[in-house]
Amino acid sequence: MSAVAIRDLAVTYTGVGRAVHAIAGLDLEVGDGEPIAVIGPSGCGKSTLLLALAGLVRADSGELIVAGEPVVGPRRRTALILQDFGLLPWKTVSHNAALGLEVRGVPVSERRRIVAEALERLGLGEFAEAYPGELSGGMRQRLALARALALDADLLLMDEPLSALDALTREDLQNLLLEIWRQRRHTSVLVTHSIEEAVFLGRRVVVLSPRPGRVAAIVENPGMGEDGYRETPEFLERCVELRRILAAEGAFAQPSLARSAS
Amino acid sequence: MNAWLRRIGGYFFASIVLLAGWQLLSMAVGSQALPGPVPALSDFFRLFFSDLLPHAGISAWRVVASMVIGAAIAAPLGLAIGRSPKVDAIAAPMIFLTYPVPKVVFLPVLLVLLGIGNLPKIALITLIVFFQILVTARDAARGIPASAVLSVRSLGATRWQVFRHVVVPASLPDIFTALRISTGTAIAVLFFSETVAGSEGLGYYIIDAWSRIAYSEMFAGIIAMALLGVVLYEFLELAEGRVCRWTRAER
Ligand SMILES: Nc1ncnc2c1ncn2[C@@H]1O[C@H](COP(=O)(O)OP(=O)(O)OP(=O)(O)O)[C@@H](O)[C@H]1O
Ligand SMILES: [Mg+2]
Repeated sequence: MSAVAIRDLAVTYTGVGRAVHAIAGLDLEVGDGEPIAVIGPSGCGKSTLLLALAGLVRADSGELIVAGEPVVGPRRRTALILQDFGLLPWKTVSHNAALGLEVRGVPVSERRRIVAEALERLGLGEFAEAYPGELSGGMRQRLALARALALDADLLLMDEPLSALDALTREDLQNLLLEIWRQRRHTSVLVTHSIEEAVFLGRRVVVLSPRPGRVAAIVENPGMGEDGYRETPEFLERCVELRRILAAEGAFAQPSLARSAS
Repeated sequence: MNAWLRRIGGYFFASIVLLAGWQLLSMAVGSQALPGPVPALSDFFRLFFSDLLPHAGISAWRVVASMVIGAAIAAPLGLAIGRSPKVDAIAAPMIFLTYPVPKVVFLPVLLVLLGIGNLPKIALITLIVFFQILVTARDAARGIPASAVLSVRSLGATRWQVFRHVVVPASLPDIFTALRISTGTAIAVLFFSETVAGSEGLGYYIIDAWSRIAYSEMFAGIIAMALLGVVLYEFLELAEGRVCRWTRAER
């Protein structure tokens, strides 16, 4: 059974002036426990797709099904991690991690136990009483992950979760994401701008077309998750293939530069 | 503790400088209407318990009551307006029209309607504080990053939970700043309203001393009024540090 089924999805924003068709005619299935990566030109509707899956943006038409149920609003076991992590600076690390549980009315004692466990797992145990402002970028990202783990999420939606981090921390966290997925086998949808990250963390890599977004191509990536995959020739091949597809989709076009050059 | 000592030391040093400046100024002006700090301070201590404290107590209660009432109504209202585009579309033009109107001009009307006791003063200061907090809270609520709201909503938070966990704490520092700034206006308006009507409060005391040509007593009253402002300001700063602890974690 597929964990996520999207059929002919369309999302339109009624902006200040005119309507923007962010997504139109998008079809996608994600298997149970499958990690996929989504990549595409800027503004093609990747974030919108995640928000729709999280039940925060209404679809205009089409079907959006998660775990067999149509999406009508936020779902209990769907976790969303945004680019700036969505942490609340006024709450301590442990309070941030517990927020999902608190909102859902989980009793305090149980909350404490679950959060302590999640923080420990992500190496944040000794920072439980710190504020997010006192953490490094990588630690904030791990806190966002801890919040998702505390919810026992079976669907993890991530919107460019690592793009704000430096190269070393990013690689470190890519390994952590992979490790966590290998342990938990949750379904995961990762939106990224990085070709290497997509190939490292996506069993399949979904390429979206320019706005309005729909699926332009899917790159199968069966080697994902193997030990040392990053160093294999296969990894490089997938990256090259993906880059070629993206170039064909016009993801690297820079209209303003092209115009000024002519 | 150390920070406290430094703070008190700072006030002490600033007082010395101000008093010295005052002394020089009064010597330069050489008028009865501007006595030096020595007679003013000696009157301040002489009259502290008998006259100043009762008047200061009444003034303090008026200004504190006004600020509490004003903030208690304006903060939630401003946040609600700022978070709802529909309400904002109706409320914003009303705020823009009324905010720049100097509210003190309504004092005569309030005096006619509410008599000359506490009520018209409290009403006037409340009105002023209300608008400052309303505008600040609205702007603060509008400036909350969408990602903070989205991520909390994705956890399944209701509208009310978003308010409680995101909107209110995110706006608190701005609201406190507005409150601290409005203490200055509040005390100025308090003085004005107390000089116009009634026979209680530091404003009345100052203007009464002035009419009796008791200038050093007048300055004792001015010192008391300044202290009232300082105490209010410091109290708000302290409360902010308590309530908004996280702001110290950010550079
Ligand atoms: N709240 C909104 N109101 C109106 N238009 C929006 C809104 N959010 C996004 N859009 C528009 O919808 C389109 C898709 O936006 P989206 O954020 O999903 O793109 P994206 O693929 O995530 O882009 P990026 O890679 O730059 O993050 C864009 O053209 C954007 O201008
Ligand atoms: Mg995006």
